[in-house]
Amino acid sequence: MAIHIVDRRLNPGSKSLENRQRFLRRAKALVQGAVKKSSQERDIKDVLEGGEVSVPIDGMDEPRFRREGGTRDMVLPGNKKFIEGDVLPRPSGGSGKGGRQAGEGDSEDTFRFVLSREEFVDLFLDDLELPDLAKRKLAEVESQGIRRAGYSTSGSPANISISRTVSRALARRVALRRPRPEALAELEAELENCSEARRVEILAEIEALKSKIKRIPFIDPIDIRYRRFETVPKPVAQAVMFCLMDVSGSMTEHMKDLAKRFYMLLYVFLKRRYRHVEIVFIRHTDRAEEVDEQTFFYGPASGGTLVSSALQAMHDIVRTRFRPADWNIYAAQASDGDNSYADGEVTGRLLTDMILPVSQFFAYLEVGQEHGLSYEMPNSALWTLYEGLRANGAPLSMRKVNERSEIFPVFHDLFQRRGPQERTA
Amino acid sequence: MMSATDQLLFRGADWDFHTLQRICDACEQVAKDELKLDVYPNQIEVITAEQMLDAYSSVGMPLFYKHWSFGKHFAFQEASYRKGLMGLAYEIVINSSPCISYLMEENTATMQTLVIAHAAFGHNHFFKNNYLFKQWTDADGILDYLEFAKRYVAHCEERHGRLAVEHTLDAAHALMSHGIDRYPGKKSLDLRAEEKRAGRRRAHEEAAFNDLWRTVPTGPAKTSAILDVERRRQMLGLPQENLLYFLEKTAPRLRPWQREILRIVRHIAQYFYPQSQTKVMNEGTATYVHYRIMNRLHQQGRLTDGNFLEFLQSHTNVVFQPEFDDQRYSGFNPYALGFAMMQDIERIVTDPEAEDHEWFPDIAGKGDAMGVLRDVWANYRDESFISQFLSPRLMRQFRMFHLHDDPEDRSGILVDAIHNERGYRRLRRELARQYDVGYIDANIEVVDVDLAGDRRLMLRHTVVKGAQLSEADTKRVLQHLADLWSYDVSLVESDTSGTVLKEYVAHPRSLAAAA
Repeated sequence: MAIHIVDRRLNPGSKSLENRQRFLRRAKALVQGAVKKSSQERDIKDVLEGGEVSVPIDGMDEPRFRREGGTRDMVLPGNKKFIEGDVLPRPSGGSGKGGRQAGEGDSEDTFRFVLSREEFVDLFLDDLELPDLAKRKLAEVESQGIRRAGYSTSGSPANISISRTVSRALARRVALRRPRPEALAELEAELENCSEARRVEILAEIEALKSKIKRIPFIDPIDIRYRRFETVPKPVAQAVMFCLMDVSGSMTEHMKDLAKRFYMLLYVFLKRRYRHVEIVFIRHTDRAEEVDEQTFFYGPASGGTLVSSALQAMHDIVRTRFRPADWNIYAAQASDGDNSYADGEVTGRLLTDMILPVSQFFAYLEVGQEHGLSYEMPNSALWTLYEGLRANGAPLSMRKVNERSEIFPVFHDLFQRRGPQERTA
Repeated sequence: MMSATDQLLFRGADWDFHTLQRICDACEQVAKDELKLDVYPNQIEVITAEQMLDAYSSVGMPLFYKHWSFGKHFAFQEASYRKGLMGLAYEIVINSSPCISYLMEENTATMQTLVIAHAAFGHNHFFKNNYLFKQWTDADGILDYLEFAKRYVAHCEERHGRLAVEHTLDAAHALMSHGIDRYPGKKSLDLRAEEKRAGRRRAHEEAAFNDLWRTVPTGPAKTSAILDVERRRQMLGLPQENLLYFLEKTAPRLRPWQREILRIVRHIAQYFYPQSQTKVMNEGTATYVHYRIMNRLHQQGRLTDGNFLEFLQSHTNVVFQPEFDDQRYSGFNPYALGFAMMQDIERIVTDPEAEDHEWFPDIAGKGDAMGVLRDVWANYRDESFISQFLSPRLMRQFRMFHLHDDPEDRSGILVDAIHNERGYRRLRRELARQYDVGYIDANIEVVDVDLAGDRRLMLRHTVVKGAQLSEADTKRVLQHLADLWSYDVSLVESDTSGTVLKEYVAHPRSLAAAA
């Protein structure tokens, strides 16, 4: 009979994708708030895992005419001992007047759902933007690159595209019916032993073929194609991130942990923006060295504190390995703020003359004791120094943090879209 | 048991498309020859769990216009599905011709048989024969109409901007439950003609556009002041309980495309209207049909005993009715109540007792159970079905009782009737009333428009049994209503004696006019 069975399993799924996007767009402010909150609660490593968020339902509900209260009549199944005329005490929770039954109306005041990793990251980083990106945008496309752009009929011999040329030649030969050498050889073989009449015929034919072969060359100049190249502005798709950290004895584990979280967040952000991100770890006491990540965070070190040594090391590395024209340079420095007094001037000069001109962004994070209050921290030597530089117009971002939970807001502050008045400032 | 093993439809749990075909044929044979069901042509589609979730979020329809609220439902359902709070339905069936049933690929062969019998024959027969569906839905046209609606909404978004369309749809959705005609009009719905009409009207508007019309002097305003109230109300078709219809026809400043969107939402609400009135009957019919078909297949030796036991287990879960004090209780299970009533009718017709002769003189002992049932399926809805056919025996079986909860009565909740001789009729009346749409939805009507004055739209909610509208929601719905009407809107809540209990006023935001 006419029963139609269709296999729909291979049809593209996620028909609701667009509706979902609309929903997220509409709930953007709410979801973003929820994402921010949930990312503060988790470890930074998991920040980009996506997952469940909850948004308050009253922002997203769809109102309907609903009734509540009044006298209610209901018929229920499962009577055990009631008889007509019994009066049952009201359940204590329902306060008499229109006490809602479970399952009626909106019992939940939040609405939980799962965000995919991409959605989460998008929302997480959406309203962040690196400072002065606009200014640097032109610089980003400065370098030129060469890109293949099809074929042309002229060019240098080095750029002849053999395969394209040969295939065009073949097509032409086939189209013009150029005799194949085998056909010629066959006739010549036949010539060896055949009758006289046939011989004349064959000779004429061989002649004709030969002249045709001559007229139709194996490769004609019109077959030749050259590979064509175009120069295009190439965006600088790579960034290097310098992590500078004071590892002298005064830095506690807690402070290092704060710094680490900040670096991670910075890394995540750069990773999203650039195809290729390198990280250079420079730790310093009174002298600086480039180390791997493990040593950077956990290796033991002791000594005094000379911030200039780290800046000098960074400058040397930039000069030898990361040409500012090819790399976007980001630097984040974490320290408890100690610096030897005599070093201040050198540090200042290095920073303003060498580091800042080549960096897209330089952030200074002053980490404090756990349970301390950031606004109670006395201004440290380094803070005072940088503050002075910033007052003179150096593009520095600086913040103080004490608690893990403060990291994200700080990061957020640092990278927040600048208001127009701030941008011109 | 018959010996021929090749009679078996399948063995074990696995199935392929050939098996499905055999199952369909076997079910069809029983359904047509024995139960004499009259169904739309069937189309069976096998889908994945993800596609099932997709279908959930657009109210089960295979295609639907885009709106954020469907995305919200999807996100919500997906979250609860992933957490394991919610299982998915085994099938979804669509009231269309051909009747489309979606089957989940995870189902075992037994489940597929059950689901095909349930949806493709049970629901299908009900859709095709029940008077409400005949009156209010157009199974032939619905898929084309949905396709049209989807295209039209997308087209509007392109032309008038996504936000403007979204606002209009938000407002229309808020009023959806009051966009239904409850009484049949002159002609039945023809959705295909509907689509053509919309297209023609658009084409005409574009063809007839002439900028000169703007410059034609309009003359002094019509002296509407002299129209007396009665005449005005008659001209506007007042009182009108179909708010969406009223807005579509009379809202002064809506754009033509906004009217068309209201019309689309209204038609879709209307399409679902019979379903909300026949939950018990629809599920009862489908469950009864699958129970009959599965039993017959087993008798014919086309299902193994093992498969039949698997079926019985699912069936028992489906028709389980928790008692009121059970944690799982959330009202009457329409499958349980419907199935029990169908079986009870079969018993009354074939094997009545003295009590049944007294209560159901028309059908008791008549002998032809399927004939009576087919007649019931065609001519009743939940409310009338229960008030006609709920038997005392079933009330005893379910041990039903009636509670009357008057908040004014401090002493507590009164047990008004139980399953005894004195209570049967009251119980039945009260239960039927629980399914009466007249009681389920708030009774809100447009009563008047102040045409001479500030064009205020006046609504009235007739309060029944003291249940007033919840304030926060009402304010927001009225806001939507005012945006569409683009002048002030007032809503008065009054009880049946006319005493005013509460009054709301909403002022339009500028967006409807700007949109």
